Amino acid sequence: MSLLKSLLAGGATPALTVALAVAATATGALAEPALIFDLGGKFDKSFNEAAFAGAQRWVEETGGTYKELEMQSEAQREQALRRLAETGANPIVTTGFAFADVLNQVAPDYPDTRFVIIDTVVEQPNVQSVVYSEPEGSYLAGILAGMSSKSGTAGFIGGMDIPLIHKFQCGYAQGFMAARPDGKIVTNFTGTTPAAWNDPVKGAELARAQISQGADVIYAAAGGTGIGVLQAAADANVLSVGVDSNQNHLHPGKVLTSVLKRVDNSVYEAFKAGTAVEPGVKVMDLKSDGVGLAMDDNNKPLITPEMMAAVEDATAKIVAGETKVHDYMTDNACPAG
Amino acid sequence: MDVATVIQILDSAVRLMTPLLLACLAGLFSERSGIFDIGLEGKMLMAAFASAAAAAVTGNVWIGLAAGVAGSLALSLIHGAASITFRGNQLISGVAINFLASGLTVLLGQTWFGLGGRTPALEGAARFAEWKLPFADRIAPVPVIGPLYSDVLSGHTPLVYAALLAVPATWWLLYRTRFGLRLRAVGENPASVDTAGVSVTRLRWTAIAITGLLTGLAGAYLATGLSAGFVKEMSAGRGYIALAALIFANWRPWRALGATFLFGLMEAVANRFPNIDLGPFTVPSMFMNALPYILTVIILAGFIGRATPPRAGGEPYVKER
Repeated sequence: MSLLKSLLAGGATPALTVALAVAATATGALAEPALIFDLGGKFDKSFNEAAFAGAQRWVEETGGTYKELEMQSEAQREQALRRLAETGANPIVTTGFAFADVLNQVAPDYPDTRFVIIDTVVEQPNVQSVVYSEPEGSYLAGILAGMSSKSGTAGFIGGMDIPLIHKFQCGYAQGFMAARPDGKIVTNFTGTTPAAWNDPVKGAELARAQISQGADVIYAAAGGTGIGVLQAAADANVLSVGVDSNQNHLHPGKVLTSVLKRVDNSVYEAFKAGTAVEPGVKVMDLKSDGVGLAMDDNNKPLITPEMMAAVEDATAKIVAGETKVHDYMTDNACPAG
Repeated sequence: MDVATVIQILDSAVRLMTPLLLACLAGLFSERSGIFDIGLEGKMLMAAFASAAAAAVTGNVWIGLAAGVAGSLALSLIHGAASITFRGNQLISGVAINFLASGLTVLLGQTWFGLGGRTPALEGAARFAEWKLPFADRIAPVPVIGPLYSDVLSGHTPLVYAALLAVPATWWLLYRTRFGLRLRAVGENPASVDTAGVSVTRLRWTAIAITGLLTGLAGAYLATGLSAGFVKEMSAGRGYIALAALIFANWRPWRALGATFLFGLMEAVANRFPNIDLGPFTVPSMFMNALPYILTVIILAGFIGRATPPRAGGEPYVKER
């Protein structure tokens, strides 16, 4: 008898959950938002941590709670998304382009749930895709690099050789050339496999090779590989530029600036909008404060008032549409070196 | 291409060669004793993590080095237990070690430091400093030898010299001592060694311990010599390239030096010249990075020379059936 009871209970629970989920989405306002971190982990000092910071800011301001989940392996993605959607979480924010395929399959099954994906575009009626204008942020870093370089040569070290990273390179090169029309850019990519994101040894070696070619400001858009680049640059007493989150503190006085992607702002805004998150593509650029440069006490001595003025001027021009920063991915080519 | 560029490339090649050389010699000891070890990668990774973690906590790179060797030895122990004591499949044990290291390093790193599997950046005494060889400044003005000695050979971390010294040491141990003779014999024909009254198990355990020591040095060099801290998966396939170098070197110490230097040189050239322009066509850096594997496949296929692995390699020794 007791066996039958527990069987019955077991059968009833999922039905109940579904009913609750439907109720929650129907009332809307009561739904808890959810945040899924990608494989890098919540405390990666970069992308995912920025998302976490945004969510925490929302918690502090509203006193609300949210569900969170950290991916441990590729295989978990679909299950995680579905489980959160079933429990009535709304909106569900996912960080990282790796969720694109899964979200494309899952989103149509939960038409009442709003999803937000960061860093790539998923075309579904209930998905908001947040993309960042990396070239604009990199352009500003390029201007600073051009003004602080003594040799007239700047370096760029990318992680995996994919179009997304060429976008960073191209924006940086354009900014550098704008400030230094006679300058030269040395470009290296770490590799063609995902291992290229986590090879600080090769990053350092590439940085040394670039330094020997005269580069004295090196921009690393290379994940964990960038740690090695920044280290090698600091060891050789040349400047470097960090990426994604503020990396100025890694080597105070030796990191010129960091190109920020305000993932925290996007998560915060999505949570704040709640179930009213607007589907569609949301481009975060200089205008919407979605990208920018990190300025703090660590790099203060490196930034002269003229440099600050040049950056502000360029920002104003880009926002006003006077300066167009070319996006590499539109035609897979870059006008600057 | 000017002289300064050549010197820079050679200097870079020496740095890139070192972890490969240490791992290659590590594999040499193991495989010469008849134990295949594809877990070199995992052991290096574990050593890199352990050394960076210990150096970050204590601020002393030598304690870090000891911890790195200990971490790598622990994995060697597992490999030994699986493949010598329990006569399991050596390849499977090696694969398991690679997975174990890749998961465990990130898990422990996250638990201890909370930096997404990374260790804190190492500074000062927590990193290996660069050693200047004696007379480096005085010999520098001499043409050819001067820059070669003072720029290429001098100014590396101590582990680079340890790796270079390990080559003649390995040669001497393998070819000039009783232990070496027995070690080589146990990889070729363990039954004959057993008949002579020498313990096959003990020889193989010793070889595996040396492997652990050398991969420990290799991993510590990655995290505390070449970079300043651990990043997940930072060994980035170097353990596999070392295996390729071992085949390329035909399981011999001096050739291992040549093979790993060649592989290091190819990477250094690819770093310096991403695309080599040869007039009618350009060689992309991907080709240079793939070249070590291509060369190894060519050797394995028997086009140039022949790879002759130790005959008893990969087979657990069973005394009586």
